[in-house]
Amino acid sequence: MLQRIYDWIDDRIDITPIWRDIADHEVPEHVNPGHHFSAFVYCFGGLTFFTVVIQILSGMFLTMYYVPDIVNAHASVEYLQSEVAFGMIVRGMHHWGASVVIVMMFLHTLRVFFTGSYKKPREINWVVGVLIFFVILGLGFTGYLLPWDMKAYFATQVGLEIAISVPVIGDLLGELLAGGEIIGAQTLTRFFAIHVFFLPGALLGLIAVHFIMIRRQGISGPL
Amino acid sequence: MSEKNHNVSRRQFLTYTLMGVGGFMGSAMIMPMVRFAVDPILRAEAASDMYELTEVENLTDEPQSFPLSFEQDDGWVTQQVEETVWAYLDGEDVVALSPVCTHLGCTVSFGGDESNPDQFFCPCHFGRFEQDGTNVPGTPPTEPLHRYEHEVRDGIVYVGRPQSQQ
Repeated sequence: MLQRIYDWIDDRIDITPIWRDIADHEVPEHVNPGHHFSAFVYCFGGLTFFTVVIQILSGMFLTMYYVPDIVNAHASVEYLQSEVAFGMIVRGMHHWGASVVIVMMFLHTLRVFFTGSYKKPREINWVVGVLIFFVILGLGFTGYLLPWDMKAYFATQVGLEIAISVPVIGDLLGELLAGGEIIGAQTLTRFFAIHVFFLPGALLGLIAVHFIMIRRQGISGPL
Repeated sequence: MSEKNHNVSRRQFLTYTLMGVGGFMGSAMIMPMVRFAVDPILRAEAASDMYELTEVENLTDEPQSFPLSFEQDDGWVTQQVEETVWAYLDGEDVVALSPVCTHLGCTVSFGGDESNPDQFFCPCHFGRFEQDGTNVPGTPPTEPLHRYEHEVRDGIVYVGRPQSQQ
């Protein structure tokens, strides 16, 4: 049945080459853990992407209950975590997943560094990877404020003071990030917008570039 | 051990196990999120509380409007809600009607139309209802005004939520 549905569609719009092109790619022996177990270090990039997908999915679901408003933000988080079925699990996925992304990304960076995979011709992809690193850090920073509890508030205060300590433009930068002179209603909505729309958009674009370049250049050779 | 004697080939076996494990892991990821999302529709509807409206002796044969104010739970928010209830005595029985027009939700009032002083009248599209809430044929509403669940205890009228009469 499924085969017939697939054939019906494929007959008309020829989708096989599209997924073939994505699915068929060379996996050299030296990156295949089935051949050399130590090659598992090559999995960290994929694991980073996998956790990012979990973050996007669980985040989408969290916004069904969350409100970025100083009066209700904390109450809505408490409600979705303690009252809604599986709330603790879905929020837990997002909360712990945030740390897992950072850890996996760090391990991926170490692998690329120690296998020398950043060398010519892959320098540009290293630069894109570093940009992804900053975007992920930004997601972590902006997401941290959203529960609007004491920890969130003071972590943001510290983060903003770091931004303010930047020479010359610091004060302006801090005010731009906070949306005013205090950490308040406008900071919360601003961080929410950055966390949910701006940075994920940038992240998806950069990841696409990252992956396209891997396909173009292939996986780097063995040590 | 020849490949031919196996009913399940190595490739099939791998496909089944990988699909099985993958499906299990995928559903472990998706299932909590889906259940989380549909939670509001699976939540058992809380039995509606009854709120004090007025004393029975304030009621007459003629519908009068009484304010009803109660706390409504809405997720993480509890808010004070104000409603109006039109109540009268039908012999011994208390009748409590909702002033929400069953046409498009405007607010009706008793005797609001000078030419029909003993009917509920909706100013939006000239819908009319008899005193007992029955919609007048030929006017826009298609069902009677909703009636509040109610009970009388110690001479005080308590009302719950309005119910459709159909």
